[in-house]
Amino acid sequence: MSNEQLQTDEQGRLRHFLSIEGFRREQLLQILDTAESFAMLPGRQVKKVPLLRGKIITNLFFENSTRTRTTFELAAKLLSADVINFNVDISATSKGETLLDTLRNIEAMHSDMFVVRHSASGAAHFIARHAAPGVSVINAGDGRHAHPTQAMLDMFTIRRHKGDFTPLRIAIVGDVQHSRVARSQIMALNTLGVTEVRVIAPRTLLPADVRTLGVHVFHDLERGLQDVDVVIMLRLQHERMENALLPSAHEYFQLYGLTAERLQYAKPDAIVMHPGPINRGVEITSEVADGPQSVILQQVSYGIAIRMAVMSMALGNSGGEQSS
Amino acid sequence: MIAVNLHIRGGRLIDPANGIDADLDLYLKHGRVHAVGKRPDGFRIDKTINARGKIVCPGLIDLGVHLREPGEEHKGTICSETAAAAKGGITTLICMPNTDPVIDTPAVWELIRRRAKACSNARVLAIGALTRKLAGEQLAEMGALKQAGCVAVSNARKRMANTLVTRHALEYASTFDLPVILCSEDPHLKADGCVHEGGIATRLGLPGIPSAAETVAVARDLALTEHTHSRSHFHTLSTGRAIEMIRQARHGGAKLSADVAIHQLFLLDTDVDGFNADCHVDPPFRTQTDRDILRQAVANGDIEVICSDHQPHEEDAKTAPFPLTAPGISGLETLLPLCLKLVEEGVLDLSTAIARLTHGPAQALGLPLGRLDVGHSADICIFDPDSIWTLHPAELHSGGKNTPFGDWEFRGKVTQTLFEGRITWNSES
Repeated sequence: MSNEQLQTDEQGRLRHFLSIEGFRREQLLQILDTAESFAMLPGRQVKKVPLLRGKIITNLFFENSTRTRTTFELAAKLLSADVINFNVDISATSKGETLLDTLRNIEAMHSDMFVVRHSASGAAHFIARHAAPGVSVINAGDGRHAHPTQAMLDMFTIRRHKGDFTPLRIAIVGDVQHSRVARSQIMALNTLGVTEVRVIAPRTLLPADVRTLGVHVFHDLERGLQDVDVVIMLRLQHERMENALLPSAHEYFQLYGLTAERLQYAKPDAIVMHPGPINRGVEITSEVADGPQSVILQQVSYGIAIRMAVMSMALGNSGGEQSS
Repeated sequence: MIAVNLHIRGGRLIDPANGIDADLDLYLKHGRVHAVGKRPDGFRIDKTINARGKIVCPGLIDLGVHLREPGEEHKGTICSETAAAAKGGITTLICMPNTDPVIDTPAVWELIRRRAKACSNARVLAIGALTRKLAGEQLAEMGALKQAGCVAVSNARKRMANTLVTRHALEYASTFDLPVILCSEDPHLKADGCVHEGGIATRLGLPGIPSAAETVAVARDLALTEHTHSRSHFHTLSTGRAIEMIRQARHGGAKLSADVAIHQLFLLDTDVDGFNADCHVDPPFRTQTDRDILRQAVANGDIEVICSDHQPHEEDAKTAPFPLTAPGISGLETLLPLCLKLVEEGVLDLSTAIARLTHGPAQALGLPLGRLDVGHSADICIFDPDSIWTLHPAELHSGGKNTPFGDWEFRGKVTQTLFEGRITWNSES
């Protein structure tokens, strides 16, 4: 079953949101437009709407993430849904309960939607295939595979600042190899028709045949940043040094850390993004992270609107504007 | 029911070991081939099998089967898997040592041997463990294993502690003239990989297994084979580059042979798309280029054995997110049908295809099997080369229904299998 068949119904409406792959440009734009109807002016509270009253949304997190879980929870509550947080103890599942067992157990509680995070790539697809008919699945991050709502909130942020996608050059800097966010961003940017997506990293942090994703590869940060409109920094995990992928955080910062000086290679109006949580002094300096070109905190607040959009669309109640 | 004197009439006999491809009858007596071609004087026929329009060939030998018993009977039992073998025209299964407990003592092998004899669907031969508990550290008692009847030794896909242990294991095995079945793979390069490292792994975010995980290990094992003069058999190769290295080493005079799993000759890395766990195999499906080189190698004889790499699993083992599923395919019942597809696609001629499943594995391990000379065990596979059928996984006789070939259409179906002159499978009864 292809992604598109799994993710949309016969009329092309959103059923599950598992991966950017399989969606057409218009479908991604529809998600952005729907999110636009939920997003208020920056700094103002998003208004609570009754779209999903009576619906039960279960956050099914097999990996700890207070931050992502909280934004999903907030989005669900602003849509008036009831939220259950189910943090699956990994040690309990390793004691014999299969993922399918866990799923059946929670299904018995009559959930309308699962928001799933899992350390194995393909976990959200697996749950979508095995969930009861009528239950929607939103992927909140599976292994290194996909994190589509994060990518869409990044697209939302870019559109808010840049308008049209087509003329844009975007640089993604850092650990693409282990990043589900980067994969989803690359697919979203290419689907939305940007001019160029670049990845900038040492070879140990780039996956095999990365060019087949539709990116240009740079190993030199300054050259890679030239003339870009958007700089996306990725988080560097400390275990990359232990696994002999990098010599040290110090050398990484020397070569790939984003400083105010280096940012000058990008276009003067370039924006700086980061999916968080940031490592100050490892991939980015505080000066840049807190500087005028940084939109990192806006990303977080837009995340709520995107998640409201996806949840309401998947449960068949899109269009916040009419109802609010 | 034992039919003492059997007549297989009117079939096309293909016996590659003897260079036979002709319309010849077979006469069997006391479980052995009594005559080929003409009916011997005074031969009383108790039963006749009409093989008109069919191919009659030596029963197939499958090198490197995972039998699951003892230890994992929920995946398959010796009885269920040998029954599946009979349905697939296979009369000899050479089982891997990675049962639980592993075949590192004669006692475990004795248990398997007795169970197989009780089921009597097929001959089961054992590959003993190369190291104790397959832990890769201390040598298994290979001398005792050889005496007990093990036909080879192997460490399956378990890692060896270091190159020195591998060297000593090869040397010790060669003391007893035991062939060593090598599943060459560098565990560090493999790491937590579950698919071929390349574009599809990158797109799906699945940890990759680079081709170098195989080639690095094959290079090392070739060097050790040359150094120790051991008899090495390279099992389930997946990369084109490894095939080239094998070819070169053989031209240099090394005593070695190699096999490939039949599924590697059909499926590609891209087949895992959509997180298809039925295509989760180890070694992984690789690129079109690799597959083309593997196909060439079985055609020109660089690879003289095709195996099923049979690994039955219960449904749960494949019902999980892709990286958490168990690798492997239940392959006994698709071994011959897929080989016949290679013939249909013009990769192999029929006689060569049968050789890769009979004479090839027998030669690799020095076994007096896979041929139909007078006096040899009457292990025979009879198939209708024109019968068209569709594979429905639920109908597999194996305990494992895990196959990526569900709904594939095949031409060629086993109609009878005889093991030691007894009919162990008959689709017409």
